[in-house]
Amino acid sequence: MDLINQHTKKIMEGCKERAREAGLRFEDETLEYIVTNRDLLELTPKAMIPTLYDYWVHDVEVLKEKGKYELYPHNPYETVINTRPAISYYNDNNPDWLNVMIFYHVLAHVDFFQNNLFFRHTWDDDFTGQALSDKRLISKLRSDKGRWVDYIIEFSRGIDNLVGFHKELSHITYRLSESLSKRLNYYFDIFLQTAKKVKANEYIKEIERYNSCTRDSKKLGEQVFFAEVGKKCPEFDNLYQKHLEDKKNGHRDLLQFLLARSELLNKNENKWMKSIVEVVRKTSLFFQPQIRTKIMNEGWASFWHETLFLQDDRINGHEVDFARVNAKVTALPRVGLNPYALGMRMFNEIEEKSDKGKYSFEFHNLLDAESRKKFDASTGNGRDFIFKVRENFCDFMFINTFVDQDFINHYKLFVAGKRINPEKRVWEYYVKSRKAADYRQMLLDSLYHPPHIQVNPEKNDDNTLPLVHSFEEKPLVKEFITNTLLGIEYLWGGPVKLETSEVASKSESNGAPYGVGFLPAGLKEQNQKEISWQRVIYTMNNRKLTKQVL
Amino acid sequence: MSNKNSKYYQELKAAGISSEKDRIIRSELEDDNSHFIPSPSPHDHAESTSLNPESVYRYQDLSVLQSVTGLNQPYASNIRSIDELLERDNQREKDGFPRKIRIGRLIKPGKGKKDKVVVVPTTVEEKLIHDKIRTQEEEEASGGTGDGEEGEVIGEQPIHDPNGSGSGPGEGDGGQHDLESSAYDLGKILTDKFELPNLKDKGKKHSLTRYTYDLTDKHQGFGQLLDKKATLRKIIETNIILGNIPDRSNIDSTGFLIAPSDRIYRILSREKDYESQAMVFFLRDYSGSMAGKSTEQIVTQHVLIYSWLIYQYARQVESRFILHDTEAKEVPDFYNYYNSSVAGGTRVASAFHLVNEIVEKENLIQDYNIYVFHGTDGDDWDTDGKEAIPEIKKMLTYSNRVGVTIAEHSAGSGRSSEVERYIKSSGLLTEKKELIRLDVMQEDADETRLIEGIKNLISE
Repeated sequence: MDLINQHTKKIMEGCKERAREAGLRFEDETLEYIVTNRDLLELTPKAMIPTLYDYWVHDVEVLKEKGKYELYPHNPYETVINTRPAISYYNDNNPDWLNVMIFYHVLAHVDFFQNNLFFRHTWDDDFTGQALSDKRLISKLRSDKGRWVDYIIEFSRGIDNLVGFHKELSHITYRLSESLSKRLNYYFDIFLQTAKKVKANEYIKEIERYNSCTRDSKKLGEQVFFAEVGKKCPEFDNLYQKHLEDKKNGHRDLLQFLLARSELLNKNENKWMKSIVEVVRKTSLFFQPQIRTKIMNEGWASFWHETLFLQDDRINGHEVDFARVNAKVTALPRVGLNPYALGMRMFNEIEEKSDKGKYSFEFHNLLDAESRKKFDASTGNGRDFIFKVRENFCDFMFINTFVDQDFINHYKLFVAGKRINPEKRVWEYYVKSRKAADYRQMLLDSLYHPPHIQVNPEKNDDNTLPLVHSFEEKPLVKEFITNTLLGIEYLWGGPVKLETSEVASKSESNGAPYGVGFLPAGLKEQNQKEISWQRVIYTMNNRKLTKQVL
Repeated sequence: MSNKNSKYYQELKAAGISSEKDRIIRSELEDDNSHFIPSPSPHDHAESTSLNPESVYRYQDLSVLQSVTGLNQPYASNIRSIDELLERDNQREKDGFPRKIRIGRLIKPGKGKKDKVVVVPTTVEEKLIHDKIRTQEEEEASGGTGDGEEGEVIGEQPIHDPNGSGSGPGEGDGGQHDLESSAYDLGKILTDKFELPNLKDKGKKHSLTRYTYDLTDKHQGFGQLLDKKATLRKIIETNIILGNIPDRSNIDSTGFLIAPSDRIYRILSREKDYESQAMVFFLRDYSGSMAGKSTEQIVTQHVLIYSWLIYQYARQVESRFILHDTEAKEVPDFYNYYNSSVAGGTRVASAFHLVNEIVEKENLIQDYNIYVFHGTDGDDWDTDGKEAIPEIKKMLTYSNRVGVTIAEHSAGSGRSSEVERYIKSSGLLTEKKELIRLDVMQEDADETRLIEGIKNLISE
């Protein structure tokens, strides 16, 4: 891989100046590489991180038709990656004006990576550097332990979508905002309210007592306060210790739990496995925010490449070329979801509405359609507002907050349905709904969402690892359960139980036994179905899977 | 053709059929599709106009902004790795973990290239992920933009266009890393990997094409090797004529005369080779009910069997391809066999009849090991096999193995299909166990099941 030439780098530096003036914030250094097809072949299986560890599955075509992106939290062909300095990749024959557009797009991505709080845990390190040392570690282990290294990678990757990304984030931000001691928080937030169930006036009395303690004894105030508590409620200390223990378990994701508690991994001769599990977990955590901000990130980048390109004085004469490329990138498809188009329009809409002061209590209370339309408080703070959105939101919050009926109407959006027309033997695409709520739900349903699977600490009897999948009206992909549990069993070194929900029966109104093409006419309207669910437990013991209905 | 179909239908109706059966037949009868070979995937080019909704995660900067596409893995780099992968897979089994490499899921015969298939080693990284609950009639919703009232239809797409029987089991975007390999290699892989049985040598039969050279011909006077026994015999013959042996009980060999032409030599000569060779008939039901997955399964399995036989017979395999609905026809190559789309009614007997006819007319019994593989979804208008069973019996008199695969529709009502029923009740499966096998699988069976099915069909 070669760096771009000095001429092109100069263009990039020009773009950086203009982007900074517009308010984007990013570190000074970036690296731009020219990639050939050959480079791409090596890079794409590694999620464009050139230093990612080697793994044989990367050399094989991986079938993804089931679950597609659900299996991987990263995008295979990303132009820019979130490293320090940020690395981006280019064709070697892009004309200058196109590079200007792409550079703005890339810089907006870099700005997003470095300012959006969901990327907080990636800010302090350079991932390519880390990955390189991990890669060396793994290849050293491989020369030592042979194929067993790959088994450990495989089994850890099998559960790397269950990493506690949000816990990791809250851990970071929690530490930043910690002012009161854990013991105190527990006493007032949990112990008094749920264990003792004290009345409000007693609660307030306790707060007053605490305040007077700190006033009188200054630094020793808390100690004095709890000395009194210990006398009154001798069980407090025990409960607090138990609470801490529970919290520790609850705050661990499955990989962390295995690292801490698995007897197999903690045997002396197996310690090397732990470092591999750590590497897989760290890698997964790195990619997590990327897929959870796809629409925002692409929307933000498209918003800025359009805004900044049109202001750029260096590209005079290429407006038409730009218009063509830009239209291809940001046109809303008749059917389908284009994150560039959707995200960009949302940022446009948010800026405009905020400029008019429409995110206000006053506007919210306005019911008359005509005056809603005309409402304009001319606040002029639209830019600031979208910068705040870029800092604090992820795709879910973005969609849930800002997709409203005005937005749907403005861009004539709708939920597109696809159904079979048995008479004509075709799939029909039709306008299913133009309601904001439906559109929002459709978007939310299409977002990346791994299942929530936790170790259940209460059921941790004998040697069995009890996993619980929280019910969200979604079953797990059945074919994958066996091999995944097999991997967990191996890492845990004992039997594994997984409690999950399955569809017991779908009372569909037809029994069409002759395949899709032979539905008798008139059935297509009756696709309302009732689903009844059942809880089941899968048990993996000695590499044998059994299922039991609860 | 539909005229003939309706005539056949009338005959059946006159003979009396159940109402449910009637409905099935009518659905096939009234379906006015015709068999055709689809032109090579047109939707590759017409991307901008097609209505294939993409998920948000399918959009990538490199392809959208810089039009970077076409990541074709060079074939050469893959060929070496396939052996490595198989070795790794074997090792996995020894270590007690299930195999992970799948082969042949995306097999497509190329046009013109006779025994080329596309082999793609694939794998899946299993994780615990959410599944979607889909109904057959309605797929999950997507986004859209533009005009149109709620409920208005804005576009149509033929049901079997993208992945129907016509374009075969090739999964649209997965084909990037294709690896071309000859069917022979695939057969080798199958034999090694899946431990398919090796064929027994079932008696050598005459081949007209291959020769070996050996010292078999005799020649007087000169040659490569003196045949002592033959020479002695000749000498005695000569001396009897000369009257040198008056008394047979007391021979004096010192008085013998030896003529130059008495020396008999062996001489290098061209000989016809005697080798096993096979004729394989592939029969496929391409009636209307075969739409979708069942065809995919049948064809994939047939590619695998074809490859395996080519390997087993060291390429000495001739194959014939027969498609049938209510009538059977022979097609010239695998390409046509593979790609012809489904339509029309079902009469299994027609295909068996055609096989019998070909075998008889071309007198194949004498020269070939004959294999017949038939794939169907189990539907047959001839409900009790009144026509099919006699044809099968006839076939069993000369063939080495008849294998019938039924890819049942998963939405089936739980009872067994007609073909399954009448073959079972005919008793042939137990009577002639070594000659005929039946394999019934679901139309959504995975590759392992397909291979299992092949073992079933061809094992001794």
